[in-house]
Amino acid sequence: MNNPPELRYTESHEWVRTQADGSVLVGITDFAQDALGDLVFIDLPPAGKSFTAGQVIAVVESVKAASDIYAPVNGTVTAVNDTVKDAPEKVNRDAFGAWLFQMQPQDIGDVGRLLDAAAYQAQLDSEK
Amino acid sequence: MLKRTVLFDMHRAAGAKMVDFGGWEMPLHYGSQIEEHLAVRSGCGMFDVSHMRVVDVAGADALRALQLLLANDAGRLVAGKALYSCMLRHDGGVLDDLIVYRLADDTATYRLVVNAGTADRDLAWLRQVREERAFDCEFRERSDLALIAVQGPNARACVARAVPHIEPVVEALGVFCAAVLDQWFIARTGYTGEDGFEIALPEPQAAQLWQALAAVDVAACGLGARDTLRLEAGMNLYGAEMDESVTPLESGLAWTVDLRTARDFIGRSALERQRAEPHLRQLLGLKLLDRGVLRSHQSVVTAQGPGEITSGTFGPTIGCSIALARVPAGVAPKEQVSVALRSGPAKAVVCRPPFVRHGRVLA
Repeated sequence: MNNPPELRYTESHEWVRTQADGSVLVGITDFAQDALGDLVFIDLPPAGKSFTAGQVIAVVESVKAASDIYAPVNGTVTAVNDTVKDAPEKVNRDAFGAWLFQMQPQDIGDVGRLLDAAAYQAQLDSEK
Repeated sequence: MLKRTVLFDMHRAAGAKMVDFGGWEMPLHYGSQIEEHLAVRSGCGMFDVSHMRVVDVAGADALRALQLLLANDAGRLVAGKALYSCMLRHDGGVLDDLIVYRLADDTATYRLVVNAGTADRDLAWLRQVREERAFDCEFRERSDLALIAVQGPNARACVARAVPHIEPVVEALGVFCAAVLDQWFIARTGYTGEDGFEIALPEPQAAQLWQALAAVDVAACGLGARDTLRLEAGMNLYGAEMDESVTPLESGLAWTVDLRTARDFIGRSALERQRAEPHLRQLLGLKLLDRGVLRSHQSVVTAQGPGEITSGTFGPTIGCSIALARVPAGVAPKEQVSVALRSGPAKAVVCRPPFVRHGRVLA
């Protein structure tokens, strides 16, 4: 699957979508869901909690393994996606559509400094 | 270079995610292992198990050899019957688990189906014992055969629709029985806890059978589903629940060891000594009460001492994580234990496997 060009990416396979109000949605990439296999549990952060970039913010667990999800930027969680908590397979089926949580970044400029689609793909290619 | 079965191209064409399994490039899943698991329990699924090794045993001493080599008694077999057994070392350690069939014809020929990962070692062992005892028998590897497992409550109906000329055979076949039709070998055995058949057939005919089954909506299923199905069914996996370092008695397989006659078999004396030991460990089931997934090698804390998970997974039918674990003597079903998960200690309840049988959750 192609990595949508309008998103930003982290080296740890999270994607970030900037919304009109400056908040961001965060999920895991199609590469990540494929590597993990069928997801069975997703643990999401509490709304209102603040995180620093690189801090463990969520956990996804598949039949195969558990995987930490890292905050892409410094910021505060403003919402979580309860529908994926109850139906984790939605992330497997549509990784770029199934957001996990919403954050208000401390500095929106941090988002622009994340990998773009081409840079993320280059990283995937180099890992093969 | 990984080995490939004759159905490799079918798997790739179906979009399978392929993985290395014991030196074979096999399908892990075709999209979702959970969906494949559920398809087997609700209808019918099929598995390419051609990586497993079929070995025919024939000759005047075929039965004598098998009665020495196997912990279960092949002498109990009538033509067309199957038996599940371990093959042991002299110290009682398990070399492999396998199914032995007495072929449904006049000659005293037996068929073994052994695990892919241990097949070479098994063959070397069979031949070594034959040489030591000067048995008059031969072991013929049937690498000319492919093996397809068709499993689920609708297996019989699906096989009959896909291959009408074998309908009379599958209609009449009893559980754990086998029959031969032309060059096909059809056994009513399986590794899922559902009804089903394992069909051995000449390699050139395998793709046609696979496609015929797909045409009647039998779901292609990979190794991922195979593992969650067998674990829900409480079935052991060689290399996980047992290996050379443990005996059947500490692996939940005492029921497969036949000590009722004076039959000598390799490993017997070691097992008889071990049976008398007071603190024999046991294999039991665990059901996780918290969120999370039990995984092999995680430590188990019981009132009777520490144990270890041998296999763990998330069971799609039971809807929670389950495991098999080797725990101390005295641990009993319904007891609550603690398991060291990645996220911290979690509560689990001990139960006697199987967790699911014929689609019904028992645990």
